[in-house]
Amino acid sequence: MKQTKKMNCIVCPLGCLGEVSFNYGNDGGVIDVEVMSGFSCPRGKNYAIKEMTNPERMLTTTVRVENGALPLLPVVSKTALPKGKVMAAARYLAGITIKAPVAEGQVICLNILGLGVDIIASRDMNTHA
Amino acid sequence: MNLNYEIVIVGGGPAGLAAAKSAAENGANKILIIERDREMGGILQQCIHNGFGLHTFKEELTGPGYAHRYIKMVDGIPQIEVMLDTMVLSIADGDKKMVVACNPQNGIMQISANAIILTMGCRERTRGAIRIPGTRPAGVLTAGAAQRMVNMEGYIPGKNVVILGSGDIGLIMARRMSLEGAKVHACLELMPFSNGLTRNIVQCLEDYDIPLHLSHTITKIHGVERIEKISCAQVDESFRPIPGTEFDIPCDCLLLSVGLIPENELSTGAAIPLHRLTNGPLVDQCRETGLPGIFAAGNVVHVHDLVDFVSEEGAIAGKYAAKYSAGQMCGFDRAIAVEPGNAIRTVVPQTITVRECVNEPVKLFMRVTQPMVKITVEVCDGDIVLASKKEAVAKPSEMIAVSLPYDKACSARGPITVSVKEEVK
Repeated sequence: MKQTKKMNCIVCPLGCLGEVSFNYGNDGGVIDVEVMSGFSCPRGKNYAIKEMTNPERMLTTTVRVENGALPLLPVVSKTALPKGKVMAAARYLAGITIKAPVAEGQVICLNILGLGVDIIASRDMNTHA
Repeated sequence: MNLNYEIVIVGGGPAGLAAAKSAAENGANKILIIERDREMGGILQQCIHNGFGLHTFKEELTGPGYAHRYIKMVDGIPQIEVMLDTMVLSIADGDKKMVVACNPQNGIMQISANAIILTMGCRERTRGAIRIPGTRPAGVLTAGAAQRMVNMEGYIPGKNVVILGSGDIGLIMARRMSLEGAKVHACLELMPFSNGLTRNIVQCLEDYDIPLHLSHTITKIHGVERIEKISCAQVDESFRPIPGTEFDIPCDCLLLSVGLIPENELSTGAAIPLHRLTNGPLVDQCRETGLPGIFAAGNVVHVHDLVDFVSEEGAIAGKYAAKYSAGQMCGFDRAIAVEPGNAIRTVVPQTITVRECVNEPVKLFMRVTQPMVKITVEVCDGDIVLASKKEAVAKPSEMIAVSLPYDKACSARGPITVSVKEEVK
């Protein structure tokens, strides 16, 4: 018996509420996702399948700065991370301290947690005056 | 200390930065941005999440990323000077406008200007504004204040958090506090719907299993030194708590995301006429306030949801302030009122002035009164439709922009009305 789930699409402001059906595979992962109803466009259907099988999120957080003009540096993942790894990545970055100066776009953490995604600086950070 | 500039801009956030750049591009030679914080960029600097700039830069930037694009542009323009760590105390109208400001280096400064642009942004509504009963313990903060503490200063204001208000700032802070290791126990919303983006409901609440209680409000704050818990209850259609629905949530931190209001201290001090609903200065399509030569743009005029529109408005104000400063801003013999009609709460600008020196479409920014689907927004002169726009979905939290050709606007005989027509089913 397939499971069903209601979910909101986030692709556009319409925010369709749709329903999908799926099974759990032997490894516990979601398989056989089918869109049953509610999504009014193909983008919504694609979103629903992706969100069920391999959801991803951007991560934005901060890292501590040594000798910086400000105590914290905002950082962003270069691309989206697997949703289930976002919290672990944030906690990892909470333990990092980097040295000023930093330039916007500079890699702060290469290949975080082996996920294949770099974390980069969101802004310049000069040294403390 | 006495100083003299062509244009003085009060506030170096997105509106002020765009205004300065635009003023320089339109011929102003001596422009001053006055910023009270330690750096420019305004509130964007603490909005470290991404999603800014899709309209302007065609990519999703973080708040600091968006700010730095503009800061770098402004840094490269020699006509623009910046005074950081400087507070404007008052502005005064007159043949020459006067700005009184102070900072630790120069003390009090009297700065004269041909034109002033007000870009002070907005403030958060506080506990006092919504009158939550209970004690007055520590740990009750506005969401934006907490955002600055967490994202810029390096403090966590609490470990067990309740959020009142489900606008985007409240939702973003729910995720932010969770990522920093706090437990967010609930998000409460007075209205029967959230004013936040669906994307933020999903990615900031559902991702972290944070319950959203719609039609709920806080009935009491408990705690003596520190907040210990809140009592909340469901509300009826008149937003009154329903007896028997109360429950308590233990917490050591309450974040309020209950609305923003334009920052008006300087405007009221200079007797600039304000609008009753936007709470910002009344402006025409050039973003000139009721006092000639004093312009206003961005969240100080009306609270925006997209920074792109703030920058756009800043650019308009900068352009016409430059014209005014150069003596090229012609007067007007007619001002046409722009009024909200059916299901529209506010429209900006509130007037369209008929001027020979203006010849560009007027972009009208409006907010609807309630969530609706499949609507047409019509801009009318009596029975004549001057412009219209279809929207698949409309929410009070999402500003709608409609472009109105200038010749059509000027052809209006009476006030221009903006109203919503719902599709006939």
